[in-house]
Amino acid sequence: MSRPFLEVRNVSKSFAGVRALENVSLTINQGEIRCLVGENGSGKSTLIKIIAGVYAPDHGDIIIGGKLFKRLHPIDSIREGIQIIYQDFSLFPNLTVAENLALNHEMSQRRRFVDWRGVNQIAREALARIGVEIPLNARVEELPVADKQLVAISRALLQHARLIIMDEPTTALTRREVDALFRVIKGLQQKGISILFVSHKLNEVYEIAEKITILRNGKNVADGDTSEFDRAKLIYHMTGRQVEQSRYEREAGGDQARPLLKVENLSRRGEYSDVSFELYPGEILGLVGLLGAGRTELAMSLLGLRPPDSGRIYIDGKPIKIRSFEQAVKQGIGYVPEDRLTQGLFLQQSIGRNIVVGTIDRYLNRFGLIDSRKVNGQISKWVRDLSIVTPSPLLPVQSLSGGNQQRVVLAKWLASNPRILVLNGPTVGVDVGSKAEIHRIIRELARQGVGVLLISDDIPEVLNNCSRILLMRKGRIVEEFTAGMVSENELVNKLSGAA
Amino acid sequence: MKRLPSTNEFYVAATIVLLSIIIGSINPAFFTLGNLIDLLRSSIVMGIFGLGVLMVIISGGIDVSFTAIASISMFATTKILRYYDFQGTVLVAFLIAAGIGLALGLINAVFISLFRLPTLIVTLGTASMINGFMLAFIGAREISNIPQGMIEFSKINLFEVTSSTGFVYGLPAAILILAALVVFVWFLLKYTMLGRGIYALGGDRVAAERVGFDINAIQFFIYGFVGLISGVGGLVHTCLMRNSDPVDLMGTELVVIAAVVLGGARITGGHGTVLGTLLGLFLVTIITNSLILLGIPSYWQSAVVGMLILVGTGVTAYQSKRAQASHGLA
Repeated sequence: MSRPFLEVRNVSKSFAGVRALENVSLTINQGEIRCLVGENGSGKSTLIKIIAGVYAPDHGDIIIGGKLFKRLHPIDSIREGIQIIYQDFSLFPNLTVAENLALNHEMSQRRRFVDWRGVNQIAREALARIGVEIPLNARVEELPVADKQLVAISRALLQHARLIIMDEPTTALTRREVDALFRVIKGLQQKGISILFVSHKLNEVYEIAEKITILRNGKNVADGDTSEFDRAKLIYHMTGRQVEQSRYEREAGGDQARPLLKVENLSRRGEYSDVSFELYPGEILGLVGLLGAGRTELAMSLLGLRPPDSGRIYIDGKPIKIRSFEQAVKQGIGYVPEDRLTQGLFLQQSIGRNIVVGTIDRYLNRFGLIDSRKVNGQISKWVRDLSIVTPSPLLPVQSLSGGNQQRVVLAKWLASNPRILVLNGPTVGVDVGSKAEIHRIIRELARQGVGVLLISDDIPEVLNNCSRILLMRKGRIVEEFTAGMVSENELVNKLSGAA
Repeated sequence: MKRLPSTNEFYVAATIVLLSIIIGSINPAFFTLGNLIDLLRSSIVMGIFGLGVLMVIISGGIDVSFTAIASISMFATTKILRYYDFQGTVLVAFLIAAGIGLALGLINAVFISLFRLPTLIVTLGTASMINGFMLAFIGAREISNIPQGMIEFSKINLFEVTSSTGFVYGLPAAILILAALVVFVWFLLKYTMLGRGIYALGGDRVAAERVGFDINAIQFFIYGFVGLISGVGGLVHTCLMRNSDPVDLMGTELVVIAAVVLGGARITGGHGTVLGTLLGLFLVTIITNSLILLGIPSYWQSAVVGMLILVGTGVTAYQSKRAQASHGLA
């Protein structure tokens, strides 16, 4: 049995009278990989910030390497070997990989002049230590997210890290990159470095963690070996309720014979080629593929953002041309983008305004002015229907949690009564409870006859919700599966296998 | 992967060559040594200002007060020296101008660093304040009989050539000041931790703090230094003109900022090189000096400079957009 490296004992913390953490304890042994799971608002980030020394706990002890800290300052935490990799990585986008890696070292040496040869050497050794190759002279802003993360990890190691805390490190990574990251994490473990892994994604929790600590509403609810938890139990502890994991079956009814959307031999040079498929009313059609397989590009074409070079698109059997986003919306196509923060929402604007922004021209009175009664009616309808949790729809969208923000994006599109809904990663960065809720909403829409095209990296999500699944590889649709005909493992293997 | 700043420098250099060929083929006078000396002479003051602007832009800020600082430094210095009828060395003039510039730069630094106000707002404020103060209290009328030491300084040439028409072109020794500053700023930015701190600050302020850079100290240095070299630049301007005009530098700040951006410094901070800045400034100088050689009315100068900036920054923005699209989109 190895010794504990970090012990957090009965820590409580309140902000302005609101309890963020109550008697929370957490122990991490040397060389242990532990997952900290919990929904948004469960107190994970507060706990991390207490470990980092950013917040001082109101009560409780923090013991690092056997030393008791009544008041832990950020510098103490770093000195004791605790390194946190935030989601933004805290790297300098404009500097080279080498300089990003060596900067801390140079600062701690209190150097006045830069020794460029030393910088490159430090960087080369740091990357070699985790066994990755990234060009030292590349600017960090030019790197893909996965490489940025590896740079951040290398930098943490350079500071003699003994515990690395990773805050949702896999959010923007493809399956393959996640595998590479996990190999690096396992390698660190063998060197006796402890890892605290904060994640929403249950698959990954099972894959990487030895121990799990679950927080809910600022309290410890469960703690133990990963093997003690099955999926249902884990979700139960996180959400405090049973979440359905049933499969969606397309129901009979409506005009089933005729496809809502039909795509024939669609091609766009350098992005995808010869793509054909049909989407029926009431169907949830899954589209999976690795990053760069052409999924998003295809979706963009359906929305008129990247017009195809050749091929035909039919809606209700009628050939149409979609040259702009406006035309797509007129044809009844709605799109929930991948990055809701930059593409889907006006973060500073109110929840209500975000909901009606796409359809504002439908709520006019006879003078052509906005009828605020109609608008408010719509807003409260959607807040209610999608159970958006907020004290008031007048609050800015950025005050909401990720799951609720995503519901606002959905509400915005549903307000325009789309007949075809293209969802790109609808539950990325959303916690388990909200995720189930969003799935319920999507299924409900499909039952009402909407055709849904679901693009996702989340294989269980696709398997549970889609009646058919298309697999894209290198810009082509290479295989089609019917729900229930393929297991999760098979699909994952097919995804990464031949890429 | 190509690095954008270097390609940017390449494009600016290529534009300079292309433009020179065009101008030279229309008016061969462009390729005379005399004209080259003229261009260099016109670049000195712009170059000194440009180095300051470069540092500010790399750090993620913007400074529109340096021409006001330059104007008051040179004008007050000239007034003071005239008042005491000072006959000694020009070094005294430089010391006074640099001192005034430094003091005013530090005022910027106080507001920007300690009160954390946006740099544009602060420098707009100080620029307006300084100009008003100068015109109200020091005077608005230009001084054409500048002190003897300054006149003598302006007459020192590194070498002279006489054109076929008998006109003497001289390369002023003041260019050595620019050369020294170029080497100093280049070394500072590339080889000192202070310089890297300026880049780090422009790249990500929070990350720079986390690494342990003293942001206040860096900003005090930047704005103090910019004030100081603005004072020096202003005095060089007066000497070369042999005339101290309190308003003739006003408005040139935008041209200098534009030239620095044209040279590859990103207005969002974190990027920019001394070489790029010099190329950008030289390009703008060629345009403003040579359109006359082409027989194009001087009104067109600002239109052409504006077009170049839009095209120049547009090309880099387009490239980086494409570079991102090639691996960024899922």
